[in-house]
Amino acid sequence: MNTVTERVLLTGNEACGEAAIRAQCRFFYAYPITPQNELLEHMARRLPEVGGVFLQSESELAGINMVYGTAAAGRRVMTASSSCGIALMQEGMSYLAASQLPCVTVNITRAGPGLGRIPPAQSDYRQATRGGGNGDYRVIVLAPGSVQEMADFTLDAFDLADKYRTPVMILTDGMLGQMMEPVVLPDPVDPEKIPEKPWAVAGARGRERNLILASPYSDEELISLNDELSRKYQLIEAAEQRWESILLDDAEIVVVAFGSSFRIAIDAVEHARDKGLRVGMIRPITLWPFPREAFRGLAGGVHSYLVVEMNEGQMVEDVLLSRSGDAPVSHFGHGGGWKPSPGSIFRQIVELSRGRLAT
Amino acid sequence: MKEIFGSPRSMSDAAVPYCPGCGHGIALRLIGEVIDELGIFERVVGVAPVGCAVRCWRLFRFDMMHAAHGRPPAVATGLKRALPNNIIFTYQGDGDSAAIGLAELMHAALRCEKFSVFMINNAIYGATGGQMAPTTLVGQYSTSYPSGRDPSHVGYPIKMAELVASISRNSYVSRVALNNPRNVLAARRAVMKAFRTQESRLGFSFVEMLSPCPTGWNMPPLESLDWIETRMIPEYPLGEYAVPQGLE
Repeated sequence: MNTVTERVLLTGNEACGEAAIRAQCRFFYAYPITPQNELLEHMARRLPEVGGVFLQSESELAGINMVYGTAAAGRRVMTASSSCGIALMQEGMSYLAASQLPCVTVNITRAGPGLGRIPPAQSDYRQATRGGGNGDYRVIVLAPGSVQEMADFTLDAFDLADKYRTPVMILTDGMLGQMMEPVVLPDPVDPEKIPEKPWAVAGARGRERNLILASPYSDEELISLNDELSRKYQLIEAAEQRWESILLDDAEIVVVAFGSSFRIAIDAVEHARDKGLRVGMIRPITLWPFPREAFRGLAGGVHSYLVVEMNEGQMVEDVLLSRSGDAPVSHFGHGGGWKPSPGSIFRQIVELSRGRLAT
Repeated sequence: MKEIFGSPRSMSDAAVPYCPGCGHGIALRLIGEVIDELGIFERVVGVAPVGCAVRCWRLFRFDMMHAAHGRPPAVATGLKRALPNNIIFTYQGDGDSAAIGLAELMHAALRCEKFSVFMINNAIYGATGGQMAPTTLVGQYSTSYPSGRDPSHVGYPIKMAELVASISRNSYVSRVALNNPRNVLAARRAVMKAFRTQESRLGFSFVEMLSPCPTGWNMPPLESLDWIETRMIPEYPLGEYAVPQGLE
């Protein structure tokens, strides 16, 4: 038995790709876009070595539809892009959700809107957590905060996708995608342990035929499908909320941040604690389902929430919907590629503690 | 009693959901018959598009799936790459394949994907009520260009078989018509060659079928068959545009 835990130095993009291969994902279709390229290139190099298929698609639109075909065949499959490319994929995401097909999509977010620029941003939060495409559907969204989590959450993403027959998105940015950190890669998943997919279309041999339909035949069936999806999403909301609660016991100010802004904000929170300020933190890990549970029972001592995000105010809406009590919620952030410094967050905390920050 | 003619095993007994005189029923029956004859029923997965052609999944009895408008060749790519031993085909109209899905079709052809595309060219958008298609003839009436297609405004009809043949190496590319028994039998042979090209992993296979749309053309069914002969075939010459090496 191998008892040595091997740590390797990888970028977030590489860690994500390598974890996908260890999750027995053997199909990857994507179109190049910065800052996602290292992930595409990793899959281009590694998948042929393990007998998998890497295909550079002619567009993100084609890429997500190749994913749709492979997912329908019952195989683990992944794609990756960045913001404007993810926007192009929303047609396919809606079809995948409607057809209840499992797949993993990675958004190495860049700053928008439009083509924007390539610095890290969190401005696709709303698109990711509200479904993104047409119709009533949701996508499970995981937000890693380290290169290690880029690997770990990728493994989780495939399991969640199979468990609920739904697309899962990993929402991160170029900061985590391109930075290098030591990682312990997860053990390869036993292929025998991957759930069977009796619904897949692979030829009607010895069984009734299977159909994968994104458009049922009657109005009544479409209403039933929507209700069925809704029940599934309620199940996911009840069972899959994930978050970290940090220093909340006596917290008067609660900072809420995910992904890259969590990494920065945690320094500010620890510094504020050193200065004797009663500050705690909620770090959402699943962005949908949003971890409302984390806010339960916080009402009493909390006098304000500070939402730090690299956008013009998106997750702040979920915090407003989730807080118990009426403590004011303020937002600290900008879109377009702005990054907070620990010092700037610390100053916001100090202002809040003096009751000076307008909310 | 010996059965000398019946419904193909590949076809269901669902009511044909098409207008009187429409060519879809003929095209689908040909595909079903050939799948029976080749004995590949248990390995087939078909991809249905958006438009009148989407209803094909009800008429077949093998595994089928939907694709978004224009995306069947991308979906079929994902299917075939995952299931290299299966037989994969798409069934698409002219709007699906030659307008909104032109990029997906051309790139599948360029990569010589080992699946088959059956394209219905009826020179009109049927499902949405008769708007112009990329294949609409010069001067032809449509609800979006009621004074007829004006090439100075919207260009000329697209030649799909010629286009596919020009970019796909060692593939089978054919244009057929569904307007008389002789042409229907030729269409059947083309469907057969398309599937055999795929089965032998030679290359991409593409069959464009000129097909009547009496409703969209505002024309009686018999007149529609003549219109294919006198108007469409001169614009869209029939025949094989590419035959792969190694196809018997």
